[in-house]
Amino acid sequence: MSRVLLIGEFDNGRLSDGTAKAVSCAAAIKTGGVDVVVFGAGDLSGVAAQAVKLAGVSKVITVTHPANEHPLAAVIAPQVVAMAGGYTHVLVSNSSFGKDMLPRVAAVLGVPQISDIMKVEGERTFQRPTYAGNAIVTVEVPAGLTICGTVRNASFAVAPEGGSAAIEAKSLDVALPTSTRFVGRETAKSDRPDLQTAKRVVSGGRGVGSSENFKVIFSFADKVGAGVGASRAAVDAGYVSNELQVGQTGKIIAPELYFAVGISGAIQHLAGIKDAGTIVAINKDEEAPIFEIADLGLVGDLFELLPALEKALA
Amino acid sequence: MKILVGVKRVVDYNVRVQVRPDGSGVNLDGVKMSVNPFDEIAIEAALRLREAGKATEVIAVTVGSQAAQEQLRTALAMGADRAILVEAEDAQPLTIARVFAALAKKEEAGLVILGKQAIDGDNGQTAQMTAAIWDRPQATFAFKLEVNGSKAVVTREIDAGLETIEVDLPAVISADLRLNEPRYVKLPDIMKAKKKPLDTLSLDSLGVAAAPALKQVKTAPPPARQGGKKVKSVEELVSELKNRGLF
Repeated sequence: MSRVLLIGEFDNGRLSDGTAKAVSCAAAIKTGGVDVVVFGAGDLSGVAAQAVKLAGVSKVITVTHPANEHPLAAVIAPQVVAMAGGYTHVLVSNSSFGKDMLPRVAAVLGVPQISDIMKVEGERTFQRPTYAGNAIVTVEVPAGLTICGTVRNASFAVAPEGGSAAIEAKSLDVALPTSTRFVGRETAKSDRPDLQTAKRVVSGGRGVGSSENFKVIFSFADKVGAGVGASRAAVDAGYVSNELQVGQTGKIIAPELYFAVGISGAIQHLAGIKDAGTIVAINKDEEAPIFEIADLGLVGDLFELLPALEKALA
Repeated sequence: MKILVGVKRVVDYNVRVQVRPDGSGVNLDGVKMSVNPFDEIAIEAALRLREAGKATEVIAVTVGSQAAQEQLRTALAMGADRAILVEAEDAQPLTIARVFAALAKKEEAGLVILGKQAIDGDNGQTAQMTAAIWDRPQATFAFKLEVNGSKAVVTREIDAGLETIEVDLPAVISADLRLNEPRYVKLPDIMKAKKKPLDTLSLDSLGVAAAPALKQVKTAPPPARQGGKKVKSVEELVSELKNRGLF
């Protein structure tokens, strides 16, 4: 019988949504149980209390150690390896922490890793995206190997509450390296929603024409409470910095509502917005490829249409 | 200090890949191939360290077929000193990481810099696996990299913003998009690159055993996104958005 070890994450005492989504993925595997483990330096009871409530969780394990104050891959991975023996599956959300940490575990266990699980097809069979989501591959882990996988956030819903798992504190006898040290963290402090997690995003492309003209995009975004993005063409042209780039080599996002403004719709850009809920395109070229995938298209001059739309929605 | 940089031959980022109708993979016949964009950033980072006097040699490494010589020549034209092609067909990240770890030991590298992911498989595993097998620190998703003597201070792109860590060298770095803007290759550099050494090695010669691999059951295109409708005016757009409960 399968048993899943899921590495839980939290920030400021709050269990991450990614963890609760990964619980849904774990529960979709026919299992004899899903154990969530959280690593920290202080009191973990608050985080554990949130995890036990998630339907599908059978046990929450807390591992407290001074070295676990910050989630460093090199420090957490050997602890996960030490626990992996009793499990058939080791899962974590595809957060920056999950992506950083789990390959270290897989490499030490000598097993391949499945990145970005989108769908569970069987105990050892999963779907995952390649080519920025343009080719979905079904992969199978050979028998006898521990299954290590990161769970794609955008593919699973948060597990419902209603569980009542037990909490167990555990101490591990593992030598932890000191060759990686935490220095500091800088969380983006912008009034504008974060591009990666915003429910609405407005992106500008080459059609915006200049850095100065991008004001139109920022103004509209602020009015509708949206994050701001840009196409690679706009970034390459120097209109905005590349932290705003949406696309295959930039950020891959899944907002509920996406406005593509002055963006022609190059493949590399479309790869970044495939999972958006509703795509609205505004472009003066009615032949622009963006209209082939946009749910709502409006042909015309963005410098007239966007301010008018801003006014109409205000 | 020597730096190993990873160079992967991948489908160019501007190509729309087509899934083969029989589900056996994507069609690569006659498709334009390039250096993985994140690897170009890794190469640039290594070259800048050498130019700043913090590294003595930059070695471009690929694990793949002979066709990847083309991408190694690009790395050499950018400024890498020499190149190594380790022959292995369709190697997955764990095997590739074993190769990088073996080469890092053999070359006594101070840094291994890889792209954070390749834009074909999108696995994002090789750097971390290399660090684990080599039993060294890692700094993934690098946004800023500073090398000071026996340490590197790396600012990383994380979901919440930026995180800075310090790692003892040797270490593995994975390059994110904002680390730098790779230089363009000039024609004289392409000519010069033809004369730089490029060695071919086998897995056996490095003592590397191919790792267990994921079995690819099938490949399918994603569910198609249907284009919707064109609206005629801002008013119509607003009412459509309101009808859909989006405003």
